[in-house]
Amino acid sequence: MRQLKSLLAATATLALSVSVSAEDIAITGGTAYTNGGSGKIENATVLVSDGKIKTVQAGGEVPSGYRVIDATGKWVTTGLMVSGSALGLDGVPSNSGVNDATVKKAPSTIALDATTALNADSVIIPNTRVEGVTRAVTGFQSTSDFWLGQGAVIHLGNGEGQDLVVRGKAFVGVSLSQGSIAKSGDSRAVVLTALDTKLEGAKEKPSGDDDKKKSDKPDPEKDALKRVLSGDASLYVEASRKEDILAMIRLKEKHGVDVILSGAEEAWMVADKLAAANIPVIVNAMTNLPGGFDTLGATMKNAVRLNAAGVKVGFVGSGSNNARLMPQFAGNAVANGMPWEDAMAAMTTNPAEIFGIADSYGTLAAGKDADVVVWDGDPIEISSSPDAVLIMGEEIPLVSRQTKLRDRYMAPSRSPAFNR
Amino acid sequence: MIRLKKDRTALRSALLVSTMSFALIACGGEAEQGAFVERNVDAFASTYTPLPSETTFITNVSMYDGKGGEIERGSILMEGGKIKAVGTDLTAPDGAKVIDGTGKWVTPGIIDVHSHLGVYPSPSTGSHSDGNEVGEPVTADVWAEHSNWPQDPGYMRAAAGGVTALQLLPGSANLIGGRSATIKNVPGRTNQDMKFPGAPYGVKFACGENPKRVYGGGKNNPILARPHTRMGNVAGFRQAFADGQDYIQRWEQYERDYKAGKNVVPPKRDLKMDTIAGILEGEIIVHNHCYRADDMGTMLDVAKEFGFKIGTFHHGVESYKIADRLRDAGTCSAMWADWYGFKMEAFDGIKENIPLVHNAGACAIVHSDDDIGIQRLNQEAAKALADGNKAGLNISKATAWTWLSLNPAKSLGVEEQTGTLDVGKDADVVLWSGNPFSVYSQAEITFVDGAVVFDRNNPDSNPVSDFELGMPGEGDTK
Repeated sequence: MRQLKSLLAATATLALSVSVSAEDIAITGGTAYTNGGSGKIENATVLVSDGKIKTVQAGGEVPSGYRVIDATGKWVTTGLMVSGSALGLDGVPSNSGVNDATVKKAPSTIALDATTALNADSVIIPNTRVEGVTRAVTGFQSTSDFWLGQGAVIHLGNGEGQDLVVRGKAFVGVSLSQGSIAKSGDSRAVVLTALDTKLEGAKEKPSGDDDKKKSDKPDPEKDALKRVLSGDASLYVEASRKEDILAMIRLKEKHGVDVILSGAEEAWMVADKLAAANIPVIVNAMTNLPGGFDTLGATMKNAVRLNAAGVKVGFVGSGSNNARLMPQFAGNAVANGMPWEDAMAAMTTNPAEIFGIADSYGTLAAGKDADVVVWDGDPIEISSSPDAVLIMGEEIPLVSRQTKLRDRYMAPSRSPAFNR
Repeated sequence: MIRLKKDRTALRSALLVSTMSFALIACGGEAEQGAFVERNVDAFASTYTPLPSETTFITNVSMYDGKGGEIERGSILMEGGKIKAVGTDLTAPDGAKVIDGTGKWVTPGIIDVHSHLGVYPSPSTGSHSDGNEVGEPVTADVWAEHSNWPQDPGYMRAAAGGVTALQLLPGSANLIGGRSATIKNVPGRTNQDMKFPGAPYGVKFACGENPKRVYGGGKNNPILARPHTRMGNVAGFRQAFADGQDYIQRWEQYERDYKAGKNVVPPKRDLKMDTIAGILEGEIIVHNHCYRADDMGTMLDVAKEFGFKIGTFHHGVESYKIADRLRDAGTCSAMWADWYGFKMEAFDGIKENIPLVHNAGACAIVHSDDDIGIQRLNQEAAKALADGNKAGLNISKATAWTWLSLNPAKSLGVEEQTGTLDVGKDADVVLWSGNPFSVYSQAEITFVDGAVVFDRNNPDSNPVSDFELGMPGEGDTK
């Protein structure tokens, strides 16, 4: 047993030593959109070293030892971040045995930690990152009640599951979807009261000695809620109906917690209140149908109106497989009136701030993690795609199971399996 | 002399009547014949009438003609609900409404061959779940149009995406899920108000995972608890067609006997077999939900065995693997641009599927199967085109538009009426704010039979479904 432990330790050390040996890369000649103070830089030279962006400047020398990626005529941006998915947790949904994002039963649906189940070998990750999405918020899609456990921010670069974690326990998830309410007493009165009671119950009580012994016992559920109450983690709430959104504004006021709204189809109706309460909203920019009675007000203008009112907006694709479609979703928000720069921010700097990783990600600036994408055109335009993707300073080959299938069948023959 | 009783049902043709008269005279002496009973009568005839339209002339506009051509700075004249003229040297007739199309594009309206609007409408409450008649694997007797709720708010959202016609399909729980309905995308009070005049019926088949999942456990088919496997699926199909052959023979025998002057009782009508006979006789077009290449290969052989044709495979995420065989079979493939992986049989989906199928010379179609996706099929075509060309193909935008209008029109059997900008066709036309292969462009005006069904610049005039009246967001820009 001891031998096994030391073997594991050795393996871990080896993995660590591999992941820090990133090469020095210079991306030259492209038009860089920095999402930050530097604005748009023509003929930009982006130097990447030790996994970080070293410099971003117009022209400039390429120091010796740097491998050059020529981006002449191309666009250079920060890698994009989806603000909601189950990436690394889910796979083919039905009967596949590889879906850890839908939880049937758990000791605590609040404490459950998504990072424990992360699978870096999910085929969805390469399919996603070759499209320029390099970061993702990930978490559970459903549980046996309305709590969705603790979610994380991950990068989609190289490494084993735990290496992908950028910020674990970043939030506690809550779902006010019709399905979740149905599983939790089938009334909002039950769910909203339970939410309030749980937060209240996790607060430090004036120390009565009787409770002391009890509170020494590990209580992961309370720990998770304490993180929320202390501001170390947010409450990530899927809610659609205007009244549910107003309830979350009240919850934030009462408990002083950071609330992030997701879905929020009717958020535009109370955009000013959300702006005043400083509550960001993660929008599916394609949802414009009354799928249920809680989304009657759904419109393509949701992101546009929220953004105009000063609400910080983040974007998603649709689930994990379609997380890569986020730029198309953003493009439709632009077509409906959202400024292009704001749509880019909603895929980079906004989620960086909303999910607490702005120190290391979001802008194309010195000192940030080198998530850099070279695009063959405007990244929001649907005909554009990446020509190079760097994540944490490493260039990711633009290869996936899908590109391999494509290459095998470009010219169908009777037995393509033998054409390797 | 026996007098032929006046036939109260529709007779197939005058020829049939005269043949029968001759036969009756010839054999005289038999008991008086009842009326000849017709099997397939149009019980739910279209009551569609075009909405009021004005003569409209769009000029200085770029156009994709829907059959692979592109016109720069041209004009199109719509009059009386039809396309009257298309060209570069036209002038507006007196009294025509003139629209300056500078910087804009005109295309034929988008046709979605795979929609569940109306049958799975919004809001998707349990009470609205009218798309799958589970209960037995073959429900060829049900018709999607009998589930169609014309007040589905999704219709006008689709019009805002440039969709002028669509096929409503039953769901994919069943092997044979029932008849489809092809409709024009206009508001109507009843299904029949929307029904595309003259469109043939289609029928929905489903291969693969869904039927075996739905029926295998026995929950939805307690007596037989099958199909449980793909081979069970195929057996289910073949038995249905064998039953259909028998049904046809019995009706042919009846017709022969009737013509021979015999006083025969017609076979009992079997509504399932009516549809299956229609398939075998080539009157009902087969739309086959089928993901995997091997499943498609099997279904092509089933069709061959029973002498019918599969018109279109839907959701063919592996069509790219057998594009040459689909070309040879003359079977279209209706596909998503990039959906994949949401179930095992969708695991091998690739982004280049549509352009690879097209490139092999097969008929490629962009479809939605989704009330959100139907609103942006132009964007789906744009993505597929860009992915195909980046992989080394060389397909023009004008050609790619055939995936959205002409090929779907062929798939539905309405290519004589719609699907291109040819003069004389229905004026099912979209004016786009810019090039429709850009995410930043939107349908500005959607015309069905020359009538405006959606106008982005005139939001107050756009239809609001009954459901959305008096609700939050009524009349809002959607």
